[in-house]
Amino acid sequence: MSETQTPTGDPGAASDAAPTTATAGANAPSAGAGGRRSLLPRITLLRHLLVLVVGAAVAVLLLESTELNTNIKLGNVAYLAIAAGGLTLLTGLSGQISLGHGALMAVGAYTTALMLDVERSEEPPSLALVFLAAVAATTLVGALVGVAAARLHGPYLAGATLALAVGLPGLALYFSDTFNGEQGLTIRPPERPEWFTETVEQLSGATGRGLNDKWVAYIAVACLLISYFFLANLMRSRMGRTWRAVRDQEVAAELAGISLGAWRVLAFVVSAAAAGLAGAVLAIVVQLAAPGSFLPVLSLSLLTAVVIGGLGTLTGALLGSALLVFLPPWLIDLGRDVFDMEEAQASQSSFVVYGLLLVVTMLFAPAGLVGTIRLALLRRRAARALTRSGRG
Amino acid sequence: MEQFISLTLGGVVNGSVYAAFALALVLIWRSTRIVNFAQGSMAAATTFIAVAVIDAGGSYWLALVVALLSGLVMGALIERVVIRPVEGGPELNAVIVTLGLFVAIQGIVALVAGVDERAFVPPFSTVGYEVREGFTLLSLSRNSIWTVGAVLVTMLALIALFRFTRLGLAMRASAFGQEVARLLGVRVGRMLTLGWALAAAVGALAGMLIAGDVSFIGPTFMDTLIVFGFVAAVLGGLDSPIGAVVGGLLLGLALNYVRGYLDDSLLGMAALVILVVVLLVRPGGLFSTTAARRA
Repeated sequence: MSETQTPTGDPGAASDAAPTTATAGANAPSAGAGGRRSLLPRITLLRHLLVLVVGAAVAVLLLESTELNTNIKLGNVAYLAIAAGGLTLLTGLSGQISLGHGALMAVGAYTTALMLDVERSEEPPSLALVFLAAVAATTLVGALVGVAAARLHGPYLAGATLALAVGLPGLALYFSDTFNGEQGLTIRPPERPEWFTETVEQLSGATGRGLNDKWVAYIAVACLLISYFFLANLMRSRMGRTWRAVRDQEVAAELAGISLGAWRVLAFVVSAAAAGLAGAVLAIVVQLAAPGSFLPVLSLSLLTAVVIGGLGTLTGALLGSALLVFLPPWLIDLGRDVFDMEEAQASQSSFVVYGLLLVVTMLFAPAGLVGTIRLALLRRRAARALTRSGRG
Repeated sequence: MEQFISLTLGGVVNGSVYAAFALALVLIWRSTRIVNFAQGSMAAATTFIAVAVIDAGGSYWLALVVALLSGLVMGALIERVVIRPVEGGPELNAVIVTLGLFVAIQGIVALVAGVDERAFVPPFSTVGYEVREGFTLLSLSRNSIWTVGAVLVTMLALIALFRFTRLGLAMRASAFGQEVARLLGVRVGRMLTLGWALAAAVGALAGMLIAGDVSFIGPTFMDTLIVFGFVAAVLGGLDSPIGAVVGGLLLGLALNYVRGYLDDSLLGMAALVILVVVLLVRPGGLFSTTAARRA
């Protein structure tokens, strides 16, 4: 039995001007390879710390300068972006696709919901503890899934994880005594501390009932910054390089003493941990954990975010997540005002756009937004270096 | 015992629909090495087209023909326009394209037909046969016999096409070795388009049958079926049409026992467990003879 041979030089095949692999954007050059003087520090950890501080400042500015409504939306962006960050590491670096990240988020969200249930009378545990528990529980599930997933690839892995996304919400219905079936669990929002109220009053003068939502938005954004700091360091470290080797050159990686299976499981575990944190943040932002929030469509939306942004790039994951939050309201307005549609129907148009964006991205710019820009810059720099050396 | 018999018969009926769906996936996998995750959405779209025909006063049979034809056209168009560029490229790209189609087509169906579920009237009675006084086989009705029969006839027609016609030979040749087939004068591109069209028509049939079985349809009503069809196809090895049919029947039986003895809500998890066990123990499917490909 021979492998099916497919013709080369198809009319639609990507030309050499465009990267053909979707993960091309993940192959960032090492820090010194640019050969240019840069204002950023040379040491990766320092550079990422600097970005973290700048990111925190931008986040405070954004949250203080916008309305409460937008604050809540930024909270939504934060939890989607945390999950997308994990997914982009898994798919972009390790080359494993997952359609089950929505289900993994459900594990994190339900863990949080069980610990912060409104119907529990005793004093709830501290938020950090709850988040740690959510991450731990999801990591455990992720390890289980990862062991199976490490042996699969491409369509097989996509199908298996899609089955996870379809199957797992059913457990919430089966064990409805614990998880309260379709209604789900309502979550007690975390109490804001006194110092937060005072600080915000001095910063922007906001007071009143909305402050609790603001506190939740701050927690969400803080989780985002911290998790991206960790993920960024992982991606630029020895581990990130190993994952790229596992993705691109299986045989060479094995010859170099890398255990393919173990590294694939590890990628899944790290990615699941991020999804667990995302689920926990979702739980406190939405204050509800119900099976209806974790349909396969959530997993597919996450995939849309990372593919459009550029597989393997955290910036891309963040931009994609922002698109997931800010595009639907705009489309609903458009559908209602221009095409005279009902709101429930108009809300479906965002899925049409996501789907078409996925297809178009894969056909014309598989490396996604950030990946394509990054590759174009690299190519220009290389061309310039070539002409310079040619003259000299 | 009576429950067991009833569940078994119901399992065969459901299994035959899973088999039809798995068959559609296998047809595409054989020729292009792509798993068409959009199959469920495409079938939902053709079913809604059929519903529009029925609403306009057409009979079920006219609607069925329209659904199959629109499936043919949709399959051919999708292959020609968006699948051709990613054929033979990195497998991740093809997976993502079919997933994009999955989301987009589902969205279009919801946009046009609305998000609410609506009733679907099957062509035959769904009242179970009464075997003897006080024992009615709930799962065996005229409609379920039509379901199994339609799948059987489709299967035989496909076997006849592949075995006994020049066209079938050309399609098998282009699936087996594209270069060689092209050298021998087979229009491989056309064969691939035809393969997708046929697969989409089989999927459209499965959609119509499932819609008659569950009697309520919405834009997402095929979401679970794409998973069940995939599991059935993998059970049979993804490469073999016969395997897909046997896999579909086995899965139908297994899931119906889960439904009967445990609970409806566990169906998805049961399918996942079956899939993972099969992939880990026999990655080439239950009937694989060649060595499994390196993962």
